[in-house]
Amino acid sequence: MNWFWIDRFTLFESHKRARAIKTITRSEEHLHEHFRYHPLEPTSLIIEGLAQTAGLLINEATGFKKKVVLGKIPRVTFNITEIAPGDVLAYEAVADYINEEGSMATVSVHRGEELVAEGVLVFAHLGSEFSGKKQFEEGVLQDLVRIYGMYDVGVDVDGNPLKDPYCPDTTD
Amino acid sequence: MATKDEILAAITEVLVDSLAVDEEEVTPEATLVDDLGAESIDLLEIVFNLEKKFGVSIDRGELIPEDLFTNPEYVVEGKLTPAGLEILEQRLPSANLEAFKQNPLVQNISKILTVDDLYNVIAQKLA
Repeated sequence: MNWFWIDRFTLFESHKRARAIKTITRSEEHLHEHFRYHPLEPTSLIIEGLAQTAGLLINEATGFKKKVVLGKIPRVTFNITEIAPGDVLAYEAVADYINEEGSMATVSVHRGEELVAEGVLVFAHLGSEFSGKKQFEEGVLQDLVRIYGMYDVGVDVDGNPLKDPYCPDTTD
Repeated sequence: MATKDEILAAITEVLVDSLAVDEEEVTPEATLVDDLGAESIDLLEIVFNLEKKFGVSIDRGELIPEDLFTNPEYVVEGKLTPAGLEILEQRLPSANLEAFKQNPLVQNISKILTVDDLYNVIAQKLA
């Protein structure tokens, strides 16, 4: 099973901010029993969507060289918990701090104009000491960010289109 | 310029928020790990929040000189050598290292960091 908790990026500014959308559909298996006659997206999976939006923003900023893992959720406050099939969630992550050891992001999620939740996430960056344990199989992370459209909407720190480091540049 | 009380109050606010401890527990001599229950990821969050609150940049090495503990020149069988202890004292001039010196196991170093040590680092930055 793939761990997809966003559908695609709608904005990606390297080192700064990312926005992504997620459409909740009735066909998602976890909604069939949660709950059978009143399907609701679990708030824990909304936090996963926030973490994935922020985590990939951080991952790209570190050149995909670190294992970026969600280390702590200092605060996430929900204003709305009834998220149902048909709703479109708009995630946003702003990178507050990024250094060698970790990072911190301010995150929020809206449904239309309504603020669903907001909070702060802290990520740990694991280095060579964890080299024996793979976070992703070879190429999976790169496939994931392509599927999410990071390189379709992304810009680098100078505002130029973000280049896929694993695809040859075909421009002259 | 902020007074010592103002700086300590701001540090206390960060620690109460990050570690979910009572304000009364955050005394200058309280150690972050043993007394206030901080874990490694908490220390990272605390550094980020202190940077944000005071508008300064803090290298984690200024709080915990981890580079020293990975240097085989200063660590033998998991313990800091006398030469290593001397450098540690220079790097952390305000820290009380007496208890640590009795059994200078590298793994215990993060346990000596106190609220007062945080204050000293911030005060130096703001001076």
